[in-house]
Amino acid sequence: MGKKVAICAVAQIKHDPDYAALRFQNMLIDCFESIMKQTGVTFDMENGIRNIVTCSDDVFDARTISDNGVTDVVGAHFRGEEKMAQESINGLGYAMASILSGHDDVILYMGHCKESQSESRRMCMNLAYDPFYCRPLGMDHLNVDAMQARAYMEKAGVTDEQLAELVVRSRKNAKRDPFARENRTVDVKEVMGSPMLSDPIRELHYYPVTDWAYGMLLCCEERAKEFTKKPVWITGYGSCMDAYFLGDKDLVSNKTLASAAGRAYRMAGIKNARKEIHLFELSDHAAYQLPMWAEGVGVADEGTGGAWLKEGGPDKHNVNLAGGHLNGNPLLLGGAARAIECFLQLRGEAGERQAEGVKRALAQAAYGGAGQHQAVVIMES
Amino acid sequence: MAHRKKNRHVAIIGIGQTKFSSHREDVNQPEMIHEAVSLALKDAGLTMKDIECVIHGNMELFEMIHQPDLWHTLGTGAEGKDCIRITTGGTVGITLACASDNLVASGMYDIVMAIGFEKLQEGNTTGGITNMADPLWFRNLQTGALTGSKAYEFITEFGEDRSKRASLMYRVIMDKHAGLNPNAHRSFGLEFDQIDDLIKSSPKLIGDLKLIEMCSQSDGACCVIFACEKKAKELSKKPVWIRDHITVHREEIFQIFGYDDAYPVMQTHRFAAENLYKRNGITNPTDYFDVFEMYDPASWWAVDWLRDFFQLKGDEHIKLVEDKEIMIGGKIPVNPSGGVIASNPIGATALVRVAEAALQIRGDAGAHQIPKPVRHALASGFGGTLWTVLMMLEKELNW
Repeated sequence: MGKKVAICAVAQIKHDPDYAALRFQNMLIDCFESIMKQTGVTFDMENGIRNIVTCSDDVFDARTISDNGVTDVVGAHFRGEEKMAQESINGLGYAMASILSGHDDVILYMGHCKESQSESRRMCMNLAYDPFYCRPLGMDHLNVDAMQARAYMEKAGVTDEQLAELVVRSRKNAKRDPFARENRTVDVKEVMGSPMLSDPIRELHYYPVTDWAYGMLLCCEERAKEFTKKPVWITGYGSCMDAYFLGDKDLVSNKTLASAAGRAYRMAGIKNARKEIHLFELSDHAAYQLPMWAEGVGVADEGTGGAWLKEGGPDKHNVNLAGGHLNGNPLLLGGAARAIECFLQLRGEAGERQAEGVKRALAQAAYGGAGQHQAVVIMES
Repeated sequence: MAHRKKNRHVAIIGIGQTKFSSHREDVNQPEMIHEAVSLALKDAGLTMKDIECVIHGNMELFEMIHQPDLWHTLGTGAEGKDCIRITTGGTVGITLACASDNLVASGMYDIVMAIGFEKLQEGNTTGGITNMADPLWFRNLQTGALTGSKAYEFITEFGEDRSKRASLMYRVIMDKHAGLNPNAHRSFGLEFDQIDDLIKSSPKLIGDLKLIEMCSQSDGACCVIFACEKKAKELSKKPVWIRDHITVHREEIFQIFGYDDAYPVMQTHRFAAENLYKRNGITNPTDYFDVFEMYDPASWWAVDWLRDFFQLKGDEHIKLVEDKEIMIGGKIPVNPSGGVIASNPIGATALVRVAEAALQIRGDAGAHQIPKPVRHALASGFGGTLWTVLMMLEKELNW
């Protein structure tokens, strides 16, 4: 297709285990003001922001129409606003469509989540399961992920020790990102001894409860120079939904992610992802997902996750240099966090963790149990 | 025109609605959705193989299903396809239509299917809406979507007798329309000579808002299929074209300065209509549009909003109602389907407005088809704190 949209600026607050002193409106306003300051964009009906895309979740906010509570702090008073009620990465795909359609030329994209507000994240996730058959069993994303983890480790030869190494690496990498959640440094032994949450997923294998908010300004190709000297381009997007019942699908198949990635690659004109993409941000809610999704997007061969880790695949291919989802992003906002890291790397603004020669990057995000829904965004400098 | 040129044209090529009812205990949520999806596919002459992207929406806290698109894959048929979930409260249905228009016009997808649903029977509707308010300051004071403020304003402006009659006149007209629509949830068989009795006998919900004037809570689903110009012309004998749409939200606090002429609070309806008409060169909306499917949750709101949506002055909107010009057969029929006041499965409701407007353009509305050619239709959505979405639909690609 060859068409692209620009990300002109990003803003975020630091990931935190519990912003007890901030409401989510307070979390957003800092991001909002930063975007205004960086870009000089206005809300003029002719040339400014006429439409805002937000991302938040009614269940985590415990508010019907969670976007209603943020209308004023995202500038949507007497402007349009649409809420991506799914993994935030899809908001980028939707903003891209809104711009390429010609309906909007500038879109503000903002999201928030205070996971710390809910009494139990698992209780929220349990509500995603059908109320008759699955919910009473206590199904949630964690124990569904655990079934996938066991099956995948078997298939791809991934060991408990390798998962521990991924956790150690994630926490080490996150230390180089000033906006990352501040977690204790751990060693392999400690991870391998951490309590089992849902076999084989240990407590330290699973991302911690996190609060966060972000903002981004997107616009059409022609107008990018009005807002930034260094636009980052979105050139591809694709998503894919898998079956709901676990018995209806092969838990270790990456068919859904491969399909989402394939659509994004076609849009961006990518033939060989491993060679043509220089940095991968993968949505690893649990440690086993990093090699599994790496296979899904084609940076590792199918079924070889264990060997790929052994050969240093994650560092060789610049995977999750800021700690990934595993270090802590709120559920549903991981995709936006992945995209923001790609943006910073593509602009050469990733500080201590800056990788060299990054011209094209991939952000991936999954949601639902066992990655039921997958989406991929391709970004280029 | 503020907007850039639309990248490519988009048309509605398939429509499916379930029967709206207070209790659909015979089906679960995915099964109910499946009914609408099957009807829309049949209407379009397509199968799921032809659909590239599914867009799903409702209001989560009514049924307390977190991220329901995951479970509903069983009924939506989204497995293996792109799937997006967008929600905006009561407006969600028409937001799905706007999003579908954007997704197809962008060139990213040729055929997109939008699904709005609600199964209000499975939750507590007013409890769910009250949850919208700030938990610290407003939640305990909220009455949900039941509000007497519009009746108060109306009566203040036009006097008690005329106002109450206009509201009930509107209600009876909608009931007569609903009687012609086999999908409508409630149709009581009301007659105009019952108006005086109903003003006295219908129980008051809050202020002067009476039970008979408020919408029901319904179960139901609606599915609409959108296609790019090329596909629409290939696949459909009667494509209905999406001309433009606008969304206008406002901050969450209602009437913070109270009812004071010194601080007039502009309505999103008027603002949305003004901007939409301006950029499409519409100077006289009641002449231009042949039919209007309006999201009318209560008859007080409905009569008042006609003034904003049609850019009318003084009491012109009341006269439209009093003279029955909004009836099927009148100058500008409003809600031939019976409207929201007859059926309100919230997540589907605003998509039903688009679907019904499109059916009128196609001439396929059956017993509630208006008896003149329909070339231009308007559909509206309402939600949040008085949020508005408007969509213009056209029979011909000639603007």
